[in-house]
Amino acid sequence: MTDLDQFRTETRAWLAANCPLEMREPIRSEKDAVWGGRDQSNLTPAQKSWMDAMAAKGWTVPDWPKAYGGGGLSPAETKILREEMAAIRARNPLNSFGISMLGPALLKYGTEEQKLDHLTKIAKGENRWCQGYSEPNAGSDLAALATSAEDKGDHYLVNGQKVWTSYADKADWIFCLVRTDKTSKQGGISFVLFDMASEGVSTKPILLISGYSPFCETFMDNVKVPKENLVHEENKGWDVAKYLLGHEREMISGMGLASTGGNPLIDGAIATIGLDHDGRLADPLLRASIAMFEVRSKAFGMMSERFIDELKAGRAHPAQPSMMKYYGTELNKSRYELMMAAGGSDALEWESDASSGGATPRAWLRTKANSIEGGTSEVQLNIIAKRILELPSA
Amino acid sequence: MPLYLNDEQQMLRDTARDFIAEHAPVAHLRKLRDDDNPDGLSRDLWKSFADMGFTGILMSEQDGGLGLGHVEAGIVLEEIGRNLSPSPFLTTAVAAVEALKGSPHAARHFPGILSGTTIAALAIDEGPKHREHVALKAERSGNGFKLNGRKRFVQHGHIADLIIVAARTAGAAHEQDGITLFAVDPTMPGIQQDSQRLADSSIATSATFENLHLDADAVIGEIDAGHDPLNRLLRAARTGAAAESLGVGAGAMDMTIGYLKERKQFGQTIGSFQALQHRAAHLYSEMEVARAAVIKAAQLLDSGSEKADDAVSVAKAMTTLATTLAVQEGIQMHGGIGMTDEYDIGFYMKRARVLAEMFGDANFHADKLARAAGY
Repeated sequence: MTDLDQFRTETRAWLAANCPLEMREPIRSEKDAVWGGRDQSNLTPAQKSWMDAMAAKGWTVPDWPKAYGGGGLSPAETKILREEMAAIRARNPLNSFGISMLGPALLKYGTEEQKLDHLTKIAKGENRWCQGYSEPNAGSDLAALATSAEDKGDHYLVNGQKVWTSYADKADWIFCLVRTDKTSKQGGISFVLFDMASEGVSTKPILLISGYSPFCETFMDNVKVPKENLVHEENKGWDVAKYLLGHEREMISGMGLASTGGNPLIDGAIATIGLDHDGRLADPLLRASIAMFEVRSKAFGMMSERFIDELKAGRAHPAQPSMMKYYGTELNKSRYELMMAAGGSDALEWESDASSGGATPRAWLRTKANSIEGGTSEVQLNIIAKRILELPSA
Repeated sequence: MPLYLNDEQQMLRDTARDFIAEHAPVAHLRKLRDDDNPDGLSRDLWKSFADMGFTGILMSEQDGGLGLGHVEAGIVLEEIGRNLSPSPFLTTAVAAVEALKGSPHAARHFPGILSGTTIAALAIDEGPKHREHVALKAERSGNGFKLNGRKRFVQHGHIADLIIVAARTAGAAHEQDGITLFAVDPTMPGIQQDSQRLADSSIATSATFENLHLDADAVIGEIDAGHDPLNRLLRAARTGAAAESLGVGAGAMDMTIGYLKERKQFGQTIGSFQALQHRAAHLYSEMEVARAAVIKAAQLLDSGSEKADDAVSVAKAMTTLATTLAVQEGIQMHGGIGMTDEYDIGFYMKRARVLAEMFGDANFHADKLARAAGY
């Protein structure tokens, strides 16, 4: 038996013993996802026990170094862990912008103190993070951001407004792009961290077409940010921001993947439309649309596996996350258009118990942001064209 | 196993890429066509494939082959696709070898395949669209069988030394049980082949079987259980066709991106226009996804996974979708010159269309996946 085989056997046994049965059920709504944070009062005992057990092994962030709360696993071991979790349909123990976005950036650019402090807390789910990037006048043109950070010796004084800050009202800390130099566009941006409980920080949820408010406006009014919370060098924040955006795009591209355990699109279509005497979905044109979508969806699942393998081996093109983000989000929008068609008038109910409070139509509307947030599809296509295909600039 | 080529596989790719680009570039196909070559391919090229060891990729080392797998076969096929090289590699070194493996026919035919003297053809399809139906009748007769019926789209059938025929020995056309696979010598009386040149200049035949008498030893595998070697053949052929199609799409895309960087209009390189950049970037994305599907299917086949069938259908359907886009965008972005026979991009479009139909098109495989998923 090779070391990897042994690792697989041990991992399988450990997961079987430590993953609560409730954590092997498909995610049904937003509240089934665990985000961690200072306030953990809304976690169920099973959610808490699963997150803590995984965190104790370092497996909420299996490929991070052990010193920062990770599992220290190799790419091959990480892949095995993921496969074994998928085999029992284990839920992700902890969702976190700290894991998917800030963590990789801190691992690359953070000081030892920043890593020891923030990464270990992220790994254990103790702090929930949000991202302060977009501003009212800096969307696709992110580097036009104006939130200012004035040098006051031992701290910066931050003033300005962010928008589309996901879960700012629930987050404990924010990683934030600020302007430290007005004379240079990209070269005047710095990357800072601060506590959302700091004096002068306020948030206001934005009501979306889905009826939910996952995003906020975030206001900074004379917020003091200690200098030790600067990541990388002053005016070099754009490097950190771009690196982090690559990881954000990778995360958002994951939305294009079918959920583990069942296929809500196919199950839903069979439930509302039924099968004909040959066992085919009784609406042949919808069946064809779904079947062709499923080809792309399954192939994209393979692409995600390939992308992660290449990334871990240092073989992925640095701009490949843009391709993943573009494809995954467009795919996810198609999936929800088909889910709405498959659900018919059932999928129009906005408040009923039967529809879990309009879960499907609200999620359908939510997906429309997938190809906007984290850089629009058009921005991703620009990046692919210039950086991967090396097409000339106008 | 990670979803990228390992060091040995990359070396094979580099070797295959250099060799095929040198000996069988698109100009080679163009010359065969212009000469109205009756074979539709070069037997010398097939011999040189053998000299390179390519024809024995899927044969075990005991059989004299390289003992490699579908990932490696796919590497060669991708380069065949990229150069549009007319070759019996897919039908012979991939499909036929998979079907004959482990049977007494291996000893008979593998040496000829290894040396590049044997060309195999597949008599599977019976209508203009690939279906999982076998109706051609094989009735017991004396010590063997008597075949009657017709097969279509038999590629390289006119020059084949061996034809693998799927026939019905029991049951109804749509049933898995009751199929028997035969290894047939095409020079036998009772077979009539009608050759047709196809859009891509390749040649396929319609083969009519009229009271063709075969000895019992012509059977591949078990009588009535031919679905076993047939499915093996089809899995390999579909994955191989997907890899070749990927190569066609990649070749068309590379040509097109190259053209976008050269061609000037309105005083600028046309590749600087965002309208074209976005089309090119979208095409790149589709091709990348197709590439992942091809290597995944090949790896699953090589590891004998039960998930291989689904992955094979995903690969064949996805490459068909992506490559169809690649050749269409190829001509559109080349503009008028793309419509000329003198320019190569049209050859890519023609080959892509033929590969799309081989062993099931995108609709066929999407339908197959849907049935497997219970809808």
